[in-house]
Amino acid sequence: MSISSGKKTWSVPVFVLVVLGLVAMALPFMVSSYRTFQLTLVMVYAIALLGLNILTGYNGQISLGHGAFYAMGAYCTAILMDKLGVPYWATVPAAGVVCFVAGFLFGLPALRLEGLYLALATFALGVAMPQLLKYKALEGWTGGVQGIVILKPEAPAFFPAIGLPLNADQWLYFFTLALAALMFVLGWNLLRGRVGRALVAIRDQHIAAEAMGVNNALYKSAAFGVSAMYTGVAGALGAIAVQFVAPDSFSVFLSIMLLVGIVIGGLASISGALYGALFIQFVPNIADELSKAAPWAIFGIVMLAFVYLMPTGVAGAVRLLLARTGKKGENPAASSTEEAL
Amino acid sequence: MIRLLAAVLSLAVAQSVAYAQKKYDPGASDTEIRIGNTNPYSGPASAYGTIGKSIAAYFRMVNEQGGINGRKVNFISYDDGYSPPKTVEMVRKLVEQDQVLFVFQTLGTPSNTAIHKYMNARKVPQLHVATGATKWNDPKSHPWTMGWQPNYQTEGQVYARHILQTKPDAKIGILYQNDDYGKDYVKGLRDGLGDKAKRMIVAEVSYEVSEPTVDSQIVQLQASGANVFFNVTTPKFAAQAIRKAYDIGWKPVQYLNNVSISVGSVLTPAGLEKSAGLITTAYHKDATDQRWADDPAMKQWLAFMKKYYPEGNLADSFNVYGYSVAATVHQVLKQAGNELTRENIMRQAASMKDFRVDTLLPKITITTSKDDYAPIEAVQLQRFNGKQWELFGDVMTGGH
Repeated sequence: MSISSGKKTWSVPVFVLVVLGLVAMALPFMVSSYRTFQLTLVMVYAIALLGLNILTGYNGQISLGHGAFYAMGAYCTAILMDKLGVPYWATVPAAGVVCFVAGFLFGLPALRLEGLYLALATFALGVAMPQLLKYKALEGWTGGVQGIVILKPEAPAFFPAIGLPLNADQWLYFFTLALAALMFVLGWNLLRGRVGRALVAIRDQHIAAEAMGVNNALYKSAAFGVSAMYTGVAGALGAIAVQFVAPDSFSVFLSIMLLVGIVIGGLASISGALYGALFIQFVPNIADELSKAAPWAIFGIVMLAFVYLMPTGVAGAVRLLLARTGKKGENPAASSTEEAL
Repeated sequence: MIRLLAAVLSLAVAQSVAYAQKKYDPGASDTEIRIGNTNPYSGPASAYGTIGKSIAAYFRMVNEQGGINGRKVNFISYDDGYSPPKTVEMVRKLVEQDQVLFVFQTLGTPSNTAIHKYMNARKVPQLHVATGATKWNDPKSHPWTMGWQPNYQTEGQVYARHILQTKPDAKIGILYQNDDYGKDYVKGLRDGLGDKAKRMIVAEVSYEVSEPTVDSQIVQLQASGANVFFNVTTPKFAAQAIRKAYDIGWKPVQYLNNVSISVGSVLTPAGLEKSAGLITTAYHKDATDQRWADDPAMKQWLAFMKKYYPEGNLADSFNVYGYSVAATVHQVLKQAGNELTRENIMRQAASMKDFRVDTLLPKITITTSKDDYAPIEAVQLQRFNGKQWELFGDVMTGGH
């Protein structure tokens, strides 16, 4: 399944990707609007998880506060749309830029912190964010506790004109799908090469990495920035899909769920982001349907099962499964930089 | 013979009329009425979850007694953890997948704000929402949304009227929770005081839900020289505020918001003797109040709890609340008869005339019209005598 191990295996992931792409294109025409909306959220989470995975999975910096960047992205979009009348599609890159800068700046002081201390610092950010959004001086922009309601974008007139009438949910799905594909390709490009190797090297042995000429400080801050950008873009898309932002939407629980997502999906794995997103989107719903009294207990049990049965995440398990069934020529213990897919 | 023929004929006509009147929207049929709901069964506001459970229990009772006009109620309730995005997702599921006739008692101001536009665009009733914000009474621009309980501003106005009547030279100190709920109350009080508000309110301090105590705020209020204390806090903070004020020897006239009037969970921890003299409003009967021990309605409620919701806490007023609001929608559905369309549900909900839910206070009735989407508008003042609440004065409404 590795991409860089030679031309022979190149066709397998491409084939998988093409099938996945076709299924993704067909899905909104096969399921209800509500399911389409849920699938849109899955892609939103997948982008956010990819962002967190760049930081935590690849670079080894634990963040318990990525919900804050998600919120920042969401509020960027909401404020730009509601107060300044910016079209929805233009707010997404703006949210990305704002979050990149915020993430980079937060990453600078965080350089001095490692392991649990960094986890605490980011946790502080995640805890503080909902209250900052309620702050009186910002209320004119953020709407305080009331939040901001935004309008749902309709599909451009172009689609009905060519005989493809998309409803708002379907359009938003494709809009998100296109952006998700773009973000994943960018992420894959970033992580498979020099930058990815440097990030992993810092994670595994930062002194050795430095000795080999990797600028630890720059890479770590940049990883924070890029990670925040991904999460911010996800937040922006999430806000457009949900049509509402409020401080209560971005409690510290969101940050925790994102962390759960990357661990369950598979650390340092791009496809893991998608598995993780499916998990955090659907497992709580299933748990709620199984038991009203203790949905989170059920959730906990499912999570434990995943952690025990798939210690390297769903992506790791899939990799192992593929390696065991057939592909004799492949080395199941591919090095971590090659675990791109 | 002719008489018999006439009888048969008239029966047939009546039958056909009844059949002609049967009209259904999604979620209604000859056998079933599907109602959707979201509640925080998990998360920081999970204390409210018992409301959803008591409503579900109420409909279990209704179904066991034969349903409403022969139809069973299928009450579908999902956990939203008090998170607005989750509410949006779950409500969309209810409307689009479960195909409910309407959504009822969705809980929380932010959660309901998140679905406000969606429900009105879809033209699906968002009925009797569980929040006291003022914006739910807006039939002109949001004709598919309706509140139920008296709104916070109305209550604030009632306190203002009482202050103006009894203590026109009052110096008022306010403690409020820093969110829309707290601000709604303060706005109500200000509106009620009118142009005297500026002179009469001498101190206004707020707290965040995440703060451990409100002790310093109380000291601050005492220092301001206030002789009337308007206490806009949720249960935990209400108990702290009452206790602290007493302990530092501050003896203002205290107005406590209706949110925190539970004797069991607020006044007992604060200290009953320290709570003596508190003034508040009420609109439904308190579960722990001895005054209602022999009240037939509360006895019936007790029997209901024992049979249909035995795990529910009998001291929890939210269970009375859930029962009362479910009884209201029960009446709406009875009135709707065989015309179970979304439009008719709203029409019936907006045409209640002096409807009595017997777990509400004796003089409180529910009246709505197409321009008035506020079912309960009246409250009654009550004072705590050290043992229990004592109603006094007449039923009051907001305004001037």
